[in-house]
Amino acid sequence: MNADRLYDRSPRFVIELITAGCLVAAPFVLPYLGAAPNTVNRILVWGLFGIGFDILFGYTGLLSFGQSALYGTGGMVAAYLLTRAGFPHVVTALVIGMVAAAAVGYLVGLVALRRTGIYFAMITVAIAEVFYFVEFNPLSEFTGGENGLPGVPTPRFDLGFVKLDFSTGWSLYPFLAFCYFLGIVVALRIVRSPFGAVLRAIRDNPLRAAAVGHNVHGYKLAAFVIAAAYAGLAGGLLGVMQAFMPPDAFMFETSGQLVMQTAIGGRGTLFGPLVGASVWLFLQDFLQGTLGLGASWKLVLGIVFVLLVAFLRQGIIGGIRDLVRWLRHRAAPVQEVAAEEAAPIVPADRHVAPLPAHAVSHGAGGEPILRASGLTKRYGGLLANADIDFAVMQGEIRGIIGPNGAGKSTFFKMLTCEVAPTSGTIVFEGSDITGRSVTDVCQLGLTKSYQVNQLFNRLTVRENVTIAALAELRGKFRLDMLRSLLNVKGLQEQVERTLALVGLTARRDVPVAQLAYGEKRRLEIALALASSPALLLLDEPLAGMSPRERVETVGLLKSIALGRTMIIIDHDMDSLFELAGRITVLQEGRVLVEGTPEEIKSDAKVQEAYLGGVNEDLAA
Amino acid sequence: MINWANFISQVFNGLALGALLALISSGLTIIYGTLGVLNLAHGAMFMLGGYAGFVAYQATGSYIVAVAAGALSLLVLGIVMERVIIRHFYGRPHEDQLLVTFGLSICFVELVRFFFGSESRNVPPPGPLSGVVSLGFAIYPTYRVALMGIVAVALVVLFLVLYRTRLGMIVRAGIEDAVMVDSLGIDVYRVFMVVFGIGAMAAGFAGIVNAPVVSLTPEVGEAILVQTFVVVVIGGVGSFPGAVLGGLIAGEIISITSMINPGYAYVMLFAAMTLVLMLRPHGLLGTPGRE
Repeated sequence: MNADRLYDRSPRFVIELITAGCLVAAPFVLPYLGAAPNTVNRILVWGLFGIGFDILFGYTGLLSFGQSALYGTGGMVAAYLLTRAGFPHVVTALVIGMVAAAAVGYLVGLVALRRTGIYFAMITVAIAEVFYFVEFNPLSEFTGGENGLPGVPTPRFDLGFVKLDFSTGWSLYPFLAFCYFLGIVVALRIVRSPFGAVLRAIRDNPLRAAAVGHNVHGYKLAAFVIAAAYAGLAGGLLGVMQAFMPPDAFMFETSGQLVMQTAIGGRGTLFGPLVGASVWLFLQDFLQGTLGLGASWKLVLGIVFVLLVAFLRQGIIGGIRDLVRWLRHRAAPVQEVAAEEAAPIVPADRHVAPLPAHAVSHGAGGEPILRASGLTKRYGGLLANADIDFAVMQGEIRGIIGPNGAGKSTFFKMLTCEVAPTSGTIVFEGSDITGRSVTDVCQLGLTKSYQVNQLFNRLTVRENVTIAALAELRGKFRLDMLRSLLNVKGLQEQVERTLALVGLTARRDVPVAQLAYGEKRRLEIALALASSPALLLLDEPLAGMSPRERVETVGLLKSIALGRTMIIIDHDMDSLFELAGRITVLQEGRVLVEGTPEEIKSDAKVQEAYLGGVNEDLAA
Repeated sequence: MINWANFISQVFNGLALGALLALISSGLTIIYGTLGVLNLAHGAMFMLGGYAGFVAYQATGSYIVAVAAGALSLLVLGIVMERVIIRHFYGRPHEDQLLVTFGLSICFVELVRFFFGSESRNVPPPGPLSGVVSLGFAIYPTYRVALMGIVAVALVVLFLVLYRTRLGMIVRAGIEDAVMVDSLGIDVYRVFMVVFGIGAMAAGFAGIVNAPVVSLTPEVGEAILVQTFVVVVIGGVGSFPGAVLGGLIAGEIISITSMINPGYAYVMLFAAMTLVLMLRPHGLLGTPGRE
């Protein structure tokens, strides 16, 4: 059940087949273990509800406490159709309920996703509470208020030669098991699709996901709608299962139970909620029935949950996975210890042809590829950048130097549209990009490698590069959630070439956390490079590297410079003078001087800026 | 036709509820602002304060002792909770912090249910404050009027602590930049512990002074927690004035809507929150970049 890796090495459909096998075997095995059919059915409904939630929480990193609203909506719509409206067909009603929940989820998502992190959690709690009150009061005519909607029918199919009647207990089980299976198959496709890959990237580092060119808000909203659809279907099935749609589906406790079950079973696994629900319902039966704890079983549950969150962060499935890995590791020790220093770039890698840059829309005539005019950034009373005029020609390598606090990084952030300038304009390839988003600008072919590594820390090297390459190949937003990642045209080629270029081919399946610092720096550059930018900004690419790594990285930068324009900030003057054709010196937020390395080296103003006038004292 | 006497008394009700929400939300918001942890057990702490006071009242029959017990026991609980559990979650993702505080809130609620059952408990208002008083426009329970004064005093005390003491200065600095405070040689972890204690105390105090108005049940904190969230979103995370303003706005919305149709109270509250999110995503008095 290794659904969390993008490049799964297990044979195709193996998880699907195992799931199908387990679902078929369950009614033959579970009765001997003392499981009541209604408990098993309940677990399936919770499990299905949880699949969508896990895509939202485990894969996208959005912890919602408001899923009860969507569960209730789907359930009430389906139940209303089947009872009060006299709608005859159960499956169609379930689908309508699911669509209704997805539509409501879209609207709720528009509000809730305006903010991230804890704000998102708080807003979803508030939304769930609103739905609860609306269901109970203003809409009680439709929802039955506190009485709920009794008399929800179960599905019957007349296939001509045979009549299938799913009524209750084990006879309803096949219908629910089929729905769950369908839910798992679709979810597995989603998480293995390019769309699913981007969701993981957003979970790990939303800032970088946006910076490599993905429309983060769009993907989050899509994940929210998916979760809503699953919730809606599960809600409908709840009504069918109980022959009654209970109003307490809307309660905050429902959301809480879902969150807890998912965390108990293991987030980011798809099967976690099913495992969590099994544990939950088993504990309830065991503690309440066998031990006779009555209502206080929830106290035990609460304590168990707190301990689990504290010590078994990835839940039961995560714990088992770690145990298996540990046992395997002990059985066959692999040399996988993080290298002290980055593995050197293999000389052969040098011959890899660099990726072609974005085609430039017009000839490399006299027009600069990037022109900033009068760029100013003010933070309150602090003037970070003042009236900078700056132009870079097509194919140029430009160095930017300046003492600490000269405003170099702020200048870069404005060029990539991470921060909006207070005044001034930025023109890239002839179009004004001032005020555009960092995502749009990356899509246009302008991107940056960060001064402080911004990687997708829970993904492997190859997965990291994949995320960046996908942004170029698929554009900033695409709902290709049923397509396999392996079928994206040109993706593997682009990823492999990028990896070879930065010399990380041998380390491709290593998680970022196990990389040496120098390797992380190279991956940082690879992320920027993988989207084939026409203009690449590098913010201190050599910072913190050993002398040997510096030499290698300078070689790497030279090789990727072919056909590409680059602007590099660094404090390593020797390397920069070697790389750059022209140098711009910033001081106190202004352009001090601009010229060839030779001119800069002998410029009195530059020497004074760095040495603070010592020169004159020495000369005197 | 609007009944004006009724309307004014609802505005008054809203003021009372608003002040209470302001106090609870201040606790939540300074904890989040300083520690970066959203405490989902805050509502449960409000409830615990009420029950701690109830126990003290049963033992002594004194309202003053009950209030002191409610506030102080939550101060201690907050400090212990920060020391034993929350501290280990500073370096972990927000989701884990939410999960663990959510789990704790369930433990608190169920613990109370275990000892006190689900039936409601009452703490009567102190003798001199029982009965009703005429405010000119309406007859009003005396304790509710007094409650507004009590909560207002508590808010002023909190304000003085935050804005007029050395500790408060450190806390406010910590809300802006905890790393910077740490590098100035101040033991940030001790500050965190104290802040968590004060935040918990604010909830506990609110829980016990509110107990004579609403009877105590183990679930009493849940609704309060939701309202507190709306208050913080409206006012802006990490802002004490924002919590006060947001509390008063939320209190008035709930009260006035309830007069017309109680079923829509939450809808209106939510509409107000949505409006704020559209127009000022960081809250009315919040600062961008604090979440």
